[in-house]
Amino acid sequence: MSVSGQELESFIEELSDKYKGKKGVAIPLLEDVQRRFGYIPQDLLEGVSKRLRIPRAELFGVATFYAMFRLKPEGKYVIRLCRGTACHIMGSEAIGKRLESHLGVKEGDTTEDGLFTLQYVACLGCCSLAPVMMVGEDVHGKLTPEKAVKVVESYRSGGAKS
Amino acid sequence: MTSGVTKRIKVGMASCGIAAGAEAVYRRLSQLASTVGLEVSPVGCIGLCYKEPLVEVEGPDGSYTYGDVNEALAERIFQEHVLGGKPLLEKVVTSSLEGVGSEARVLAKQFRVVLRNCGRINPERIEDYLERDGYKALEKALKEMTPEQVIDEISRSGLRGRGGAGFPTGTKWRFARQSPGSEKYMICNADEGDPGAFMDRSVLEGDPHSVIEGMTIGAYAIGASHGYIYCRAEYPLAIKRLQVALEQARSKGFLGDDILGTGFSFDITIKEGAGAFVCGEETALMASIEGKRGMPRPRPPFPAQRGLWGKPTNINNVETLANVPWILLNGAEAFASMGTERSKGTKVFALAGKINNPGLIEVPMGISLREVIMEVGGGIRGGKAFKAVQLGGPSGGCVVDLDIPVDYESITSTGAIMGSGGMIVMDEDTCIIDTAKFFLSFTQRESCGKCPYCRIGTKRMLEILTRISEGEAKLEDLEKLEELAHLVKDGSLCGLGQTAPNPVLTTLRYFRDEYLAHVVEKRCPARVCSKLLTYSIDESKCIGCTRCAKACPVGAISGELKKRHVIDQDRCVKCGECYRVCPVDAVTVR
Repeated sequence: MSVSGQELESFIEELSDKYKGKKGVAIPLLEDVQRRFGYIPQDLLEGVSKRLRIPRAELFGVATFYAMFRLKPEGKYVIRLCRGTACHIMGSEAIGKRLESHLGVKEGDTTEDGLFTLQYVACLGCCSLAPVMMVGEDVHGKLTPEKAVKVVESYRSGGAKS
Repeated sequence: MTSGVTKRIKVGMASCGIAAGAEAVYRRLSQLASTVGLEVSPVGCIGLCYKEPLVEVEGPDGSYTYGDVNEALAERIFQEHVLGGKPLLEKVVTSSLEGVGSEARVLAKQFRVVLRNCGRINPERIEDYLERDGYKALEKALKEMTPEQVIDEISRSGLRGRGGAGFPTGTKWRFARQSPGSEKYMICNADEGDPGAFMDRSVLEGDPHSVIEGMTIGAYAIGASHGYIYCRAEYPLAIKRLQVALEQARSKGFLGDDILGTGFSFDITIKEGAGAFVCGEETALMASIEGKRGMPRPRPPFPAQRGLWGKPTNINNVETLANVPWILLNGAEAFASMGTERSKGTKVFALAGKINNPGLIEVPMGISLREVIMEVGGGIRGGKAFKAVQLGGPSGGCVVDLDIPVDYESITSTGAIMGSGGMIVMDEDTCIIDTAKFFLSFTQRESCGKCPYCRIGTKRMLEILTRISEGEAKLEDLEKLEELAHLVKDGSLCGLGQTAPNPVLTTLRYFRDEYLAHVVEKRCPARVCSKLLTYSIDESKCIGCTRCAKACPVGAISGELKKRHVIDQDRCVKCGECYRVCPVDAVTVR
């Protein structure tokens, strides 16, 4: 998604009204940014930093410290492959490798057509269904590499749930 | 109508139930039930995760829980049991009637304090919680007890922190109470970061009021007027149910100004964690609430002296707080009657891995790991041999002695820790080096970077483990690995670094042979470390079905239909796809 300069300006204004002069605002502020754009555009950080007089290093530091914040836009479907302990023992590593080769992307990246983003996450807490992944909001469990590919393909063809 | 009118229908709708398809079952049952004026309650985790989706029908003749329910079975349950009055006994997994249900033995050794309401009540209805004595403990504390008496009661119960370290809760509260200052904070740590643990999520999703009540009692005891629940953003359902519960508690006067007319005021804000394992450490957690990078700082000063925004602060884990109302209502003695000399009450575990019955369980302290794994957990999947059980996640270690009791000190003596309750069972097919590498790569990634030993030491350790798993390590690497492990433990500021080497140290202690097999023989006995494996096709077994050739992602397998196939070892990437798809087990791996 590209963001117009004017849009950025008015959004920075909005953030300034909400947070100026307050303490400890970096996390909620970045959450607002991500909610609006789906990621944190770096050129926006500069404007926010100047306007709210928060060092850019502080904003960038917080944005890169927490797993939740993204500096790149995401695809239409975000695949969150669980890399928790139970899933690891039940074979999630092989699923990850298979998805990487199938989609032609590395972990954290988005396919060229902008359809899928592949992410590895710490634990989805559905350990009894291991190995597990989420595509968008749907959880798919008891996966094998073949099944994972089939699930992903079912989204390509119109987002049908399996 | 028929006998159905007096029945209550419940569907397990925690995250894992929903993942298994509970929503469709819930919709179908609600549709059917509405035709006879009945309601279906969505409830939290019942604990038998491996049988999800679960449906319970409760009537005057007792309650029956069905497992593996799909829409078709839901219809049958409704027609035959709810309307017809005849339970489908062959589909029942547990029941309030003794001995009924295929999974009755799984629940036989369990005792539910923390999970007392999980799966029993609709977590989004405060009335359900009140019906089961909800907020009575808060009323008792506020109206009949002084804060000191509350602290004494908790101290006498022997309750210890369930987040992992096991610090006595009463003592912690006393420190916070005695700390000078008019403004204090009460924090609930719900940043359940251990990959492979879901106890706190289940409690928050299944019984959020018990945590809110426990927290409010704690706030009264220490004299706090504001509280925070720091919950992982990865748990959206838990956060939503907490929000609903907080709103309901406020509207009923259990939270807010002048609670129950006693003059005590307390309110709670939810803070979403942004995804950092280190934020489970209390000083890092507070830094994160303050909007900063979640980096730990040296203690003292302890949070009880100078915590959030510099004020005295008390931090308890979700499970610890859920115990509190039960203790006040049933008495410290009832709680202390369960468990061992120094570990009282019960412990909730998330049982997972190579086990027949993965799920959420609550057992009395003192029970042996053997009883937990072999009886409650139903033993090892596929009749394989037990190898080890990992306790305490990436901060813990593996335990091989099944006769160890669930008790803080006994588990610590093995080199592992009780931890928050992750219990991952490994069988003979699990490679111990791969597991240690997995945990270390997690802690290495999650290290905040403040202490050099943790930041660089874990990285060097991970490199050595990677060399071992790829057959490129030398014997002196093992010594270096052990030396580094001790240095990282001693040279790190917080729990993350101090415990990160535990998985390596415990596996070195119990499975040195397996390390040696990798280093000296360049062999992975569990056949997991892919670089050390060779895949080949057994000529006598291959039927030439071409499945392996089609599955191979790099085209390393050649062969014509109905003729023997061959793997080109130079092109093989050792992904194991051929091994998985072969219908006649002709692919061998060495």
